[in-house]
Amino acid sequence: MRRTVQAVALHGVLAVGAALTLLPLLWMLAASLMPAGEASAVPPRLVPSAVTLEHYRALFARLHLTRSLLNSAGLATAVTVVSLLLNSMAGYAFAKLRFAGRDRLFRLLLGALVIPAQVAMLPLFLMLRALGVIDTYWGVIVPGMASVFGIFLVRQYALAIPDSVLDAARVDGAGEFRIYRSLVLFLCAPVLVTLAVFTFMGTWNDFMWPLIVLADDRLYTLPVALANLAGEHVQDTELMMAGAVLTVLPVMLLFVFLQRYYVAGVMSGGVKE
Amino acid sequence: MSAWRRPARALLLLGLAAALGCRIDATDTGAVRFWAMGREGEEVQQLVLEFERRHPDIHVRVQQIPWGAAHEKLLTADVGGAMPDVFQAGNTWLPELVALGALEPLDERLARWPAIDRDDYFPGIVDTNVVDGATWAVPWYVDTRVLFYRSDLLAEAGYPEPPRTWTAWTDAMLRVKERVGPERYAILLPLREWQPPVILALQRGASLLRDGARYGDFQSPPVRAAFEFYLDLFRRGLAPRAGDTALANLYQDFARGYFSLYISGPWNIGEFARRLPADLADRWTTAPLPAPGDGYPGVSLAGGASLAVSRGSDRKDAAWKLVEFLSQPAQQVRFYRLTGDLPARKAAWADEGLPRDRRAHAFWIQLQSVQSTPKIPEWERIAAKISQYAEAAIRGTMTIDQALAGLDRDVDNVLEKRRWLMRAAGR
Amino acid sequence: MGRGRINPAWGFVGPALLAIGAFFFVPVAASLLLSFTDFDVYAVARPDRLRFVALGNYARLLGEPRFWTALGNTAYFVVVGGPLSVGVSLGAALLLEAKLARWKGFFRTVFFLPVVTTLVAVAVVWRYLYHPRHGLLNLLLGLAGIHPIDWLGDPRWAMPAIILLAVWKNFGFNMVIFIAGLQSIPERLYEAARLDGASAWQQFRRVTLPMLAPTFLFVAVVTMIGYFQLFAEPYVMTQGGPANSTLSVVLLMYEEGFRWWNMGYGAAVAFVLFAIILSLTLAERGLRRLQPGAR
Repeated sequence: MRRTVQAVALHGVLAVGAALTLLPLLWMLAASLMPAGEASAVPPRLVPSAVTLEHYRALFARLHLTRSLLNSAGLATAVTVVSLLLNSMAGYAFAKLRFAGRDRLFRLLLGALVIPAQVAMLPLFLMLRALGVIDTYWGVIVPGMASVFGIFLVRQYALAIPDSVLDAARVDGAGEFRIYRSLVLFLCAPVLVTLAVFTFMGTWNDFMWPLIVLADDRLYTLPVALANLAGEHVQDTELMMAGAVLTVLPVMLLFVFLQRYYVAGVMSGGVKE
Repeated sequence: MSAWRRPARALLLLGLAAALGCRIDATDTGAVRFWAMGREGEEVQQLVLEFERRHPDIHVRVQQIPWGAAHEKLLTADVGGAMPDVFQAGNTWLPELVALGALEPLDERLARWPAIDRDDYFPGIVDTNVVDGATWAVPWYVDTRVLFYRSDLLAEAGYPEPPRTWTAWTDAMLRVKERVGPERYAILLPLREWQPPVILALQRGASLLRDGARYGDFQSPPVRAAFEFYLDLFRRGLAPRAGDTALANLYQDFARGYFSLYISGPWNIGEFARRLPADLADRWTTAPLPAPGDGYPGVSLAGGASLAVSRGSDRKDAAWKLVEFLSQPAQQVRFYRLTGDLPARKAAWADEGLPRDRRAHAFWIQLQSVQSTPKIPEWERIAAKISQYAEAAIRGTMTIDQALAGLDRDVDNVLEKRRWLMRAAGR
Repeated sequence: MGRGRINPAWGFVGPALLAIGAFFFVPVAASLLLSFTDFDVYAVARPDRLRFVALGNYARLLGEPRFWTALGNTAYFVVVGGPLSVGVSLGAALLLEAKLARWKGFFRTVFFLPVVTTLVAVAVVWRYLYHPRHGLLNLLLGLAGIHPIDWLGDPRWAMPAIILLAVWKNFGFNMVIFIAGLQSIPERLYEAARLDGASAWQQFRRVTLPMLAPTFLFVAVVTMIGYFQLFAEPYVMTQGGPANSTLSVVLLMYEEGFRWWNMGYGAAVAFVLFAIILSLTLAERGLRRLQPGAR
């Protein structure tokens, strides 16, 4: 009996927590479907009186958010592909290959995690200007090409690959890159998927750097386009909410379907002791 | 064997990546990039279509930028080498852009285009486009601040005619406040705006900076008097202390009488007409600003936006043609009709009968008494600090003396480099 | 074994190291150099307008009230938001890992959802939720009989508003880490405690807390480092206002560096932030070594 009471109380608390967590997102969705002006009603409404898609249509037709959507998707994919390659190669090497100063180099890289990214931003901007990539896709891709966190994640996982497997392949005459390509990538598939999900979401959600680097609105990613929209249309609540839904929905769906990998990545990052 | 594969793959990937990195305007060379802000950015597209019809060899790409981010976007673009070919710029930004070397000097082109007649512009406005003796931009539309008010509410409070002096103005606001009660206000003064306190100071004859704009002068008597007057409006409950964050929607709140007066610019002629309910149309109007004493109207800001050509542009001639097109009286009139922004050219005013228009009339009068803010690159920073210190004084976290002393100290710091440069140049 | 004179391993680490070196370490070093100059708008146009000022920027920022306001606000955010966020995460993890809990996967998904959302988008949503008259939050508070609060317009409430948003957005992340930590505690320790007659609360104190301590410390430090870098929320929601009450150090750096182009000064601000984070991290390392059974 006591256990039932406890169970009910426990799930009650969890349910309230879940409701509070979801409330902002649900309101965002509801407001995006409300007719214009209704989201500013006093008192605030939670349910639209009539469902309308006019704001979404406005976003795509009038405000060209399709382009930003494609930019976000394209850039996130590009950064994910490039960084997956660079990070997996380096992570594998730090785990399994021997070279001079390997461990000291790795500790140095870990130390970089303490440095906030903002410290590098101003000179990086000037450097990229010298390279002529400000206001191009490259300007957004370049800083994300490799990351210490990604290398760390792959290394942790790759450490578990039995040396015997690798040595056997070497004895068979396979070159290092062949080993990497056919054997290591296959064995590390789970962590690679995790890293891919992490990187994709991180790039999709990135705001500060694309804000600084991109001037041409044809290159804007969704977060930057949304902030731009907020500057002009802050009075149009429903339109802004539709923009927010558009920005948030793809990553949310990606997460829900791939959450096993994403959560595994977070957890492995957490137990790095 | 594997030694070959690695570089090959690397090259392949680099190639892919390079394709991604193609600068986007490699695909449309010849397009003139035009940055326009806010509502102007949305409406100018129609004028641009007409321009392209007349110049089939020139394609213009308009990019709309919100006002809040525009100043920093322009600076970032200049430093990053991503400037558009022609752009709209608030005229208080021009000295800074000149110091950056971002603008193309226009005196020569102006001399060759008699159609842009300098005398056809308001003198106070032209002055804001001239820095160090050269002309750097062409005024596009003019802006100054006047009083927007609910004529019905003011009449009920005993003022069928707008107030002409600060005394009458204060009295009018007190009466309005009495009638509307504690939940509503007489005047809306957004806390983030530096324009109202600066206008009041200029009306009092303050120059804001001293010694050739080397030091701040905010503790001088005229500035102090103006600040006192400004703060008083909040202290007496005539203006909401929360500024405009207490607003749901500027237009809805004006319609329901949440505030009756508002110091704003010409863009709101169009916005008010568009967004206020129809039954309000006859119950609001504009008036020039009251003066501290005699000499109505009081001085107001020489604002507005100009069109400038980028020094680094590859398409200066085409860009200039666009500027020239937008400066034609007929286009100025058309733009006014689309946005409510007042034309910079007096010919356009005459063509449209604006001086006699009920709402634009106040602007016509006010534009004859406008003054520009100090024309130095640091002005935007100083303006931001003015609004910050004003806000602190309004909220009561600082006394007025502390605020003005702090402002002077900060402004002196901001101007330090300017002083050094002037000394180095032997001035 | 590789035949050339160059170890093939360098081909593997080379690209990543090059990228990180060129686009991170070099800018960081350049940032340090930049902070010793007065690089600004004038210097961008003409290099001869650049002055070397040694520690001048640092001296100036230490004397500038706005910097201390930003630091104070950021510290407020870290000191209040940090424990709140970690506490909520721990609470949620404990609830989910309780033996009686069912539908764990569903709840975990829901609680983690805010983490994956785009910050700019949710900041826009929360700006509307915080509206004094039209916002949902004041509506809910009204049901509890509380007067409407001007969340983003009142300097006393703006930072708490941002803290609430940050907690909502991030608690799922730490919750998952705590769950991993909780799951790694061997069941036999609990059994042993129960055999000793320990109640649920005593089990929590004697088994759970000590075993969770390393995870806890890790979460606390990582959260703190992240919170020191507060930027996007105040940028989108309040622009540092009202009355500078939500001005954070990174927002100040952004303003000085990218709005006013005082890059020398902005770089100095960034480095002071780095110094603070570094010293706190070193303190954590020190604390960890003091722990019994430290690894």
